[in-house]
Amino acid sequence: MASRNISVSETSRPKLPRHTKLKFDETRQVWVILAPERVLAPDEIAVEVLQLCDGVRSVAEMVDQLAEKYAAPREAIATDVVAMLQDLADKGFLTEARESTA
Amino acid sequence: MSDTLADNKTTTPGPNAAPSDGLAVLESHRSAAETHGIPLAVLLEITHRCPLQCPYCSNPVELDRGSTELSTDEWKKVLSELAELGVLQIHFSGGEPTARKDIVELVQHATDVGLYSNLITSAVLLTKDKLSALADAGLSHVQISFQGNEPSVADRVAGLKDAHKKKLEVAKWTRELDMPLTVNAVMHRQNLHQLPDIIQMAVDLDADRLEVANVQYYGWALKNRAALMPTIEQIEETSRIVEEAQVRLKGTLAIDYVVPDYYALRPKKCMGGWGRQFFNISPAGKVLPCHAAESITGLEFESVRSNHSIAWIWQNSEAFNRYRGTGWMPEPCKSCEFREVDYGGCRCQAFALTGDAGNTDPACALSPRHEEIFKQAERESAGTQNRFLYRNFAGGTLETDEHQDNPNGA
Repeated sequence: MASRNISVSETSRPKLPRHTKLKFDETRQVWVILAPERVLAPDEIAVEVLQLCDGVRSVAEMVDQLAEKYAAPREAIATDVVAMLQDLADKGFLTEARESTA
Repeated sequence: MSDTLADNKTTTPGPNAAPSDGLAVLESHRSAAETHGIPLAVLLEITHRCPLQCPYCSNPVELDRGSTELSTDEWKKVLSELAELGVLQIHFSGGEPTARKDIVELVQHATDVGLYSNLITSAVLLTKDKLSALADAGLSHVQISFQGNEPSVADRVAGLKDAHKKKLEVAKWTRELDMPLTVNAVMHRQNLHQLPDIIQMAVDLDADRLEVANVQYYGWALKNRAALMPTIEQIEETSRIVEEAQVRLKGTLAIDYVVPDYYALRPKKCMGGWGRQFFNISPAGKVLPCHAAESITGLEFESVRSNHSIAWIWQNSEAFNRYRGTGWMPEPCKSCEFREVDYGGCRCQAFALTGDAGNTDPACALSPRHEEIFKQAERESAGTQNRFLYRNFAGGTLETDEHQDNPNGA
């Protein structure tokens, strides 16, 4: 059973649990997160970060990618991304990929 | 199922959003249609058949028989149409939704058309294989009703032997399959003393969420009001217990609390307002503003079997428009500053207690009937009538004396 209490660091490889779905709502033209009996609307930055959470990429790799894309200081991006992911994890919207599936 | 769904949880924010999570709660008014956009979530009562006989069942007293239920193909067509309209979540409910042999097929179809599925179940018909098949079909969340924290009270309320034991088993399987679990506990005078143990049970079952839902009194529950109505002291104690547990269990178990509106001064914003953000579909395919709406005689509800689309029924049918907004309101609602806060309360309750669904809900302290109805409920709560009228297709069956040996009443 996946743990619901994960601690996000740069070495984490977070992903959305099976019961949390990120999708684009064509009717309302917004991104939504579908969770048990809840519908949330993530902002643009949250959507971009969540789309990178595939259980393969580490948070460090995500930060590198975003720092390059936005030509922003890596340290500032890292702080924001880890804080955002930790909040999402605390709400149950993220889980951690299991160690080695080999 | 509980009436808390009626409050449209989907649009209710969780505990205050933390500053950096980048999340907003999507409100219905952000949908395509400006005035009354298509709801984010729809409740499908796919059958009224159920092995339990709870005396507060939220199904109407006149139950739809199995022979009138929509077929598998008809439900699939409904699911496809809802997805196309912009509905995002489906609550498969009943009766007992797993009493339908095609439940896995229906969940799979919901997944195929992009809908998020919740199952609202009594759990007693589920096997581990069936639950596993539902998970494989894309089921994302399971809500199990509990009638108490131990068999003597729980099985008596459910009117089914060994029901409680089975529910505990299914709750464990749900977590083993890594699906989120909600424990739904419907509370009343004869089980409120178990609330602290029910909260602990939810923690022990590794539930994500607990709904502490006081009975709402229409339909079957109104028939059983004298046996179910809590005392005002019980309600005060309940609120204290829930508030303490919400703080203590923050991050472990989310607790939603529905108070009985008889003991409130303001009525509940039932369904978020009639025809504003909620509809459900009955086993026979009627599109309803609330799952109790068929108790209001004189209103005609359109069916998905008619020539109309679901969107047309939602936007244009007479039943939805009758009590939509504030134009229908009599005094004291009409000039009340809270008219768009509570939309006059509950139409079904107004009908059940005053005979006219267009009256102010007597739960409101401003209703001319409030005092009289509140006093009557208070007298009933202090009474000794603990015998249940069990829900069934035969119009209800009175509990036998034998089961009453151990009433845990006030």
